[in-house]
Amino acid sequence: MDWFFIITSLLKITILLGVILFMVSYAVYAERRVSAFIQDRLGPNRVGPAGLLQPIADMFKLLLKEDFTPRSANTFYYSLAPGLAVAPAIITIAVVPFGSTLFGVPMVVADVNVGIFFVFAISSLGVYGIVIGGWASNSKYPFLGAIRSSAQMLSYELSLGLAVIPVFLLVGNLRLTSVVRYQIEHGWFIAAFVGDWMNPWKWLLAIPMIISFLVFMIAIFAETNRLPFDLPEAEQELAGGYNTEYSSMKFALYFLGEYAAMITGSAVVVTLFFGGWHFPGIPDGYHGWVFGLINIAVFFTKVAVVIFVFMWVRWTLPRFRWDQLMRLGWLFFFEIALVNIFLVAGILAYGPRL
Amino acid sequence: MAITVPRPRLTWRERWYLPTIAAGLAITFKHFKNTLLGRTKVTMEYPEQKWDAHLPDYYRGAPALVSDAGGRVRCVACQLCEFICPPRAIKIIPGEIPPGDRFAKVEKFPQEFDIDMIRCIYCGMCEEVCPEQAIFLRKDYAITGFTRADMVHHKEKLLEIGGVMHGVVLKWNEKK
Repeated sequence: MDWFFIITSLLKITILLGVILFMVSYAVYAERRVSAFIQDRLGPNRVGPAGLLQPIADMFKLLLKEDFTPRSANTFYYSLAPGLAVAPAIITIAVVPFGSTLFGVPMVVADVNVGIFFVFAISSLGVYGIVIGGWASNSKYPFLGAIRSSAQMLSYELSLGLAVIPVFLLVGNLRLTSVVRYQIEHGWFIAAFVGDWMNPWKWLLAIPMIISFLVFMIAIFAETNRLPFDLPEAEQELAGGYNTEYSSMKFALYFLGEYAAMITGSAVVVTLFFGGWHFPGIPDGYHGWVFGLINIAVFFTKVAVVIFVFMWVRWTLPRFRWDQLMRLGWLFFFEIALVNIFLVAGILAYGPRL
Repeated sequence: MAITVPRPRLTWRERWYLPTIAAGLAITFKHFKNTLLGRTKVTMEYPEQKWDAHLPDYYRGAPALVSDAGGRVRCVACQLCEFICPPRAIKIIPGEIPPGDRFAKVEKFPQEFDIDMIRCIYCGMCEEVCPEQAIFLRKDYAITGFTRADMVHHKEKLLEIGGVMHGVVLKWNEKK
């Protein structure tokens, strides 16, 4: 453990955390603008040019509000829960490679060899923030939201895990940096046939990969409580769900956690299916620090596009009913993801080496 | 009587969700694109753009006292508006016009004339009941203040909003 490693790691952590928090605050702004545009409105456009200072005004509003704790709430868990909702979402980003290299330093905070396991293990802890918060509020609507959240988690975590197995069958390694390396050499998983147009096996492989992507994307929607599956916070049914009793900074932390989870989810989607920081024709950071910076920019641009898709879907689809969600999760996506694994395994077993 | 709601039979394409979801996404994206490019007509942006020029003549805004062309306050403090006012927003303290005055036969004038704009419901009854054509509902609608006292319009404020009214009957003019 040398000093160079420690200092660069601390620098990366600090900068990445800053970038994530910046993205969270502007994701909230973007969400409001995108929803407004979709609904033929203008959205927040008063604070600063085109409303760009709105997140700062929002932050001050939330900081200055009264931090109210209901008397019947369990104070310890009530205060603990918002932190539990934020931390996993931010920790998960540590294993995602957000760039190639910069001055020889790999642009990933922790390149652990269990990459995707780490992502699933930590990101599913986010549900504890919701469950504990809903329970500690000692109020019926938050409690219902918490129950819904845990049940939804159980039904979607399974397809989430199974959907990415084809990716790792191909890569043969759980390290997220090797997933990116593989995609640079063999084409992005969303379009697996790229680079090898003549090979019919590659075209055959593209079908299960697209199915895998769709299932994973839908499961990420459910995991981050985004709209078609936002049953835990269903405003119309549960008066705000698990965060009904929260105010001020505690509410802001929940909000931050939700958007941080969305950014992390997008980053994982980008890494697994859209080639991470790779863009055709742009070399990696070993060819000069300019390319290193461009790689980082490419990664965050891709993340922003995926976040836009999240918002676009949110303002298009209505919420699923509870039994519909359960049926989709257990009778549909679980089976599809399972069959998909066998498809890819069959292609790998009987086809040539891909 | 029970009503049977007909459930539409979905085609296999609709039951498969994905094509219909794609169609929905296309619709919302069209709206997003059109608003972004400024093709959609959006709501008027209020403080910068106002509709004032288009307010109709019968618009009922803040009630105000008017002066006639000679500069005389038309109100004779008969207090009919005070009595008719449904929310009792008007308060008048009448004064006597001294005998030597040119308009001595009018006898009364409003020493104080207050309209509480928190109470006012803009019904226009004061305008209808006034025998002197002295109070009119004007087009001012943004009545604001920091305190309750700010929201009471005194005589000076009412005359300022009202201004001079032309084309009203000048029945106290002795030359007629």
